[in-house]
Amino acid sequence: MDHLLEVSNLKIWDSSTGKVIVPNSSFHVKQGSCLAIVGESGSGKSVTCKAVMKLNKAGIRQAGDILFKGENLSDLSEKDMRKKRGKQLCMILQNGMRAFDPSCVVGTHFLQMLAVHFDWSRDEMTTKLKHAMECVMLKEPLAVMNQYPHQLSGGMLQRLMIALAIVLEPDIIIADEPTTALDTISQYEVVEQFIRLRERMGCSMIFVSHDLGVVKKIADEVLVMKDGIIVEKGTTRAIFSGAQHEYTRYLVSTKLALSHHFEQIMGGVSVAER
Amino acid sequence: MGLYIVRKVCLTVPLLMVISFLTFILNNLSPMDPAEVVLQAQGVPVITDELIAQTRAELGMDQPFLIRYFQWLMACLQLDFGDSYITGEPVWSLLGPAFLNTLKLTLVSIIVIIGLSIALGVICALKEGGLLDKSVRGVSFFLTAMPSYLLAGLMTWYFSVKLDLLPTSGMDSYRSYLLPVTVIAVSYVGIYFRIVRSSMLSNLNEDYVLYGRACGLPEKTITLHILRNSLQVAISVFGMAIPVLLGSTVVVESVFAWPGLGTLSVKSILSRDFPMIQAYVLILAVAFVLFNTFSDMMNAALNPKLRKDL
Repeated sequence: MDHLLEVSNLKIWDSSTGKVIVPNSSFHVKQGSCLAIVGESGSGKSVTCKAVMKLNKAGIRQAGDILFKGENLSDLSEKDMRKKRGKQLCMILQNGMRAFDPSCVVGTHFLQMLAVHFDWSRDEMTTKLKHAMECVMLKEPLAVMNQYPHQLSGGMLQRLMIALAIVLEPDIIIADEPTTALDTISQYEVVEQFIRLRERMGCSMIFVSHDLGVVKKIADEVLVMKDGIIVEKGTTRAIFSGAQHEYTRYLVSTKLALSHHFEQIMGGVSVAER
Repeated sequence: MGLYIVRKVCLTVPLLMVISFLTFILNNLSPMDPAEVVLQAQGVPVITDELIAQTRAELGMDQPFLIRYFQWLMACLQLDFGDSYITGEPVWSLLGPAFLNTLKLTLVSIIVIIGLSIALGVICALKEGGLLDKSVRGVSFFLTAMPSYLLAGLMTWYFSVKLDLLPTSGMDSYRSYLLPVTVIAVSYVGIYFRIVRSSMLSNLNEDYVLYGRACGLPEKTITLHILRNSLQVAISVFGMAIPVLLGSTVVVESVFAWPGLGTLSVKSILSRDFPMIQAYVLILAVAFVLFNTFSDMMNAALNPKLRKDL
């Protein structure tokens, strides 16, 4: 079985209004591959990711099968699901600035989290974290651990989440628009870390983004969503060269038009194309 | 953090100076001549201008304003607030015990208020929209809307008269606290638990809660994180609630014949007993400043962002 995660007939709806957010979607993630989910805001990308983690808000219901390593997550109790979260399915959020408790130093968060999943001593945890933080190019890891979220930059916090993922060694990483809230330089660094993360750990990944440049660099397969419906899926190459669906072609062409414009202004190789 | 506390405490000094000055001025702006008040209180039949001038000299009223202020301030620092115009007794011998009684009532009430507000706020936020949340909010709305004298009357009638369980008035044992504390707490908890609840709710939707859950943190740990962030608003409110309570227990005090500040201050105000009023206003103002500073410190301990600026 080479599908690490197989989602079938996933339906997500808002129980209070009865509005269906995702009517019926099925997709899978192969072992060791990276699936990108692209689409405009409000197309149901984030909700789909959270549905895989079973972390949508109380009012939002979901139905359908989520097979993870042959086990149906939909049938798991909250308690069993909690053991899987972090350890096997790891999530990386969009806004690093808001992903950590603002009243605690980031180290507290990490130690609490590792203590839930591993029986390591405090020293062991610190050593592993230190190593992981060096991996994501964070200098002076111990000093960073003793800082509050507001003292660090968005890019650093994003890389901290990646570092945590390195320590947790999950089977799949779900990254929900990890580069959207960053400036171009931090974005570049973070994407670089994501690529290295995959090379190092060989883990699977779901990468949500509306930045096609990033997607082109990182993803093996692409899934295009519009209004909760998967309009197209295929390999990255196929999507970028010969998209079938009109909406995908539209997305790709706007992206090309933008970078073409950028090239004209800057002259020479576009940064966005790198 | 140590430096923050020192700075905060230093900042209260000029504030207290301004407050004491204003207290002093306010009384001097009063249309009635203090000397006349004293003479009336002593039952002098015919008040002549001569007598007034003589009394003014006795009271030190003929001296320049600023000198009088500093003399008064220095005396106040030694808890000497002068003598009551009406009874002639030292103000502190009347005000001190009354203040202590009110402080006791206030502190017991505030502990109950804080405990209940946090407990109810957390439970209602976690069960948002549930039956418990709705019923607690409904009942609290009803109780808060009830004026405290009505509630006090009803409770005295039921628990003290009908069931004969609790004393109707006075301040004898811990049982005397039950009714007044309940009456005070009911009117405040209804408001404060909503503050805790709504700030819990707004924190529940924060990304750090989602990330915590996504990392597999147990709900208990997450709730503690949320509570820590939610309490910051509540602590400022609680900090202000203590002095507000100190100054506003008058209704409850008179219903339950509690020998406290409320009753005494109303009496003094009605008889224009200036030294008493001055001391009362000053004590409350100082309490405001102190508890506010204290709540700022608590907040700084909880919120790292606050420690930097000042």
